[in-house]
Amino acid sequence: MRARVYVTLKPSVFDPQGTTVTEALHTLGYGSVKDVRQGKYFELDIEAPSADEARRLASEAADKLLANPVIESYRIEVTA
Amino acid sequence: MKFAVVVFPGSNCDHDAYYASKNVLGQDAELVWHKDHSLRGADVVILPGGFAHGDYLRTGAIARFSPIMQDVKAFAAAGGPVLGICNGFQILLEAGLLPGAMLRNRGLHFRCEHVHIKVEQTDTPFTAAAQSGQVLRIPIAHGEGNYYAEPEVVERLEKNRQIIFRYVTPSGDVTDAANPNGSVHNIAGITNDARNVVGLMPHPERACELAVGSADGLVVFQSAINGVGGHLKRTASVASTSGVVGVLDK
Repeated sequence: MRARVYVTLKPSVFDPQGTTVTEALHTLGYGSVKDVRQGKYFELDIEAPSADEARRLASEAADKLLANPVIESYRIEVTA
Repeated sequence: MKFAVVVFPGSNCDHDAYYASKNVLGQDAELVWHKDHSLRGADVVILPGGFAHGDYLRTGAIARFSPIMQDVKAFAAAGGPVLGICNGFQILLEAGLLPGAMLRNRGLHFRCEHVHIKVEQTDTPFTAAAQSGQVLRIPIAHGEGNYYAEPEVVERLEKNRQIIFRYVTPSGDVTDAANPNGSVHNIAGITNDARNVVGLMPHPERACELAVGSADGLVVFQSAINGVGGHLKRTASVASTSGVVGVLDK
């Protein structure tokens, strides 16, 4: 199973990197890009009997290590 | 008395903390490898600055799982004084020994310069020898020192007087211009509920001799030594750039 984990800063948390990327895009003329939020992307190859089990493991990994719950949230996609 | 300085792979201020404890202040000190399971009977534990485990994933995120951290947690839970400096502060946050998290500096620059911080509270093991409101001139060197916590958490920190150091102007005013990284409420250092664990981004261990531009950091170590009833073993007159902080006897 493959779990894709997307970690991003919570909406309430200021993202200095995303803000800088936004400004850079504006400099390049992409004024229609109103905001950028930068995050992290993980691919986990998991030996698991079911998608549910893979999701459970990925979620545990995200809670314990991949994301810091103080500032970040995550979402998971599982494929076979 | 004895200091234990934890060495993680990627720590780079471990020897500075060791030198300040041992050579400048004449205390026993020992470097303890992160895979060890003993703090060697130390009275005070220091998590030093650097880039533990390369700061991969997030600053302090991997270091938190180093074997020695179990011992540090037990030591802290028993009331032992723990000081996290810079990366050590980030590790304490990730380990849940202090509340909050670090974001990239506002402006994204790695800031390496002397700043002024005000001692807000003196009832911690690392500020007891300071005057309340004393301004210290101490260097910072970090890219992720932008302290963040949920507004309720910051409110609780303020209410419980857990904000120990704040970035200020040389005259002690809390201004946005004096804030080098965007930290909420100009926070440079905090303590836990029990007030025995302190984390700060500035480097007191790099400001312990006038030869390096400031000796204002001595008061942090001096506080810890006084707190455990340690005796100073070297004869030296210790002057700070903001006044004399103490005279060491034999």
